[in-house]
Amino acid sequence: MKQEFDFVEIRIPAKAEYVGMARLSMSGIASRMGFLYEDIEDLKVAISEAITNAVTHAYREEPGEVTIGFGIYSNRLEVMVADRGGSFRLEDIKEKIGPYRHDEPIENLREGGFGLFLIDALMDKVEISNDHGVIVLMTKFLSEAEVDVSDDQISAT
Amino acid sequence: MDLQVEIMEQDEETAVLAAAGEVDAYTAPKLKEALLPLTKKENFLVKVDLKDVSYMDSTGLGVFISALKSTKENNSSMKLVHLQDRVLRLFEITGLIEIMDIEWGANG
Repeated sequence: MKQEFDFVEIRIPAKAEYVGMARLSMSGIASRMGFLYEDIEDLKVAISEAITNAVTHAYREEPGEVTIGFGIYSNRLEVMVADRGGSFRLEDIKEKIGPYRHDEPIENLREGGFGLFLIDALMDKVEISNDHGVIVLMTKFLSEAEVDVSDDQISAT
Repeated sequence: MDLQVEIMEQDEETAVLAAAGEVDAYTAPKLKEALLPLTKKENFLVKVDLKDVSYMDSTGLGVFISALKSTKENNSSMKLVHLQDRVLRLFEITGLIEIMDIEWGANG
């Protein structure tokens, strides 16, 4: 059964100076959903890492765009970061994407650094597709306490 | 969403470099530019005061890794002090807390 969700998409120039702006968007969406402070901070680092990867590795020579999609579900937030400028359909991408395996070579995604490692450590689920550019799909679930809070709010209205 | 970096104190043997703001892909080069030269003096100790750094990601960790390598090459040392909990957490997750000289909290 298809789950209902809201979708927010933003496109930014593939430049480091826009990472902070995406982080603010993330912060706004996550706090609207009721994520706790700690989780919001984790989400901010994760999205920054994914965009930094795209900015530093995908567009070393020519200018480009990074597309960021937020899938807002009742129990989780899915964040997608794609280093090709075109819009994407959430359902299509999810079909193409596989889980990130620790034994697979990721040289083309990052050179050294802790970016992907941090994404993996801070998010509940991380999937990566390499077919057309690099797409990172990462998921963070609302904790039961957080879900309960929003349930209460819904029943109260 | 900016970063200020300033040398607060400096004498023959030590310097305190204070950073304030957010360290990310955009601002990390600024930190690196200020920090690296301080690690190139033999027997020199550079303390980096991170009390007012509210956000950091792997780009910041990368700067400190470069700086640590530079201290080994130049026989100098680096100490990170006053880390906020969120920033400290990244050093814990990545294991860097084991290889860097770090003091956190009010006593750092």
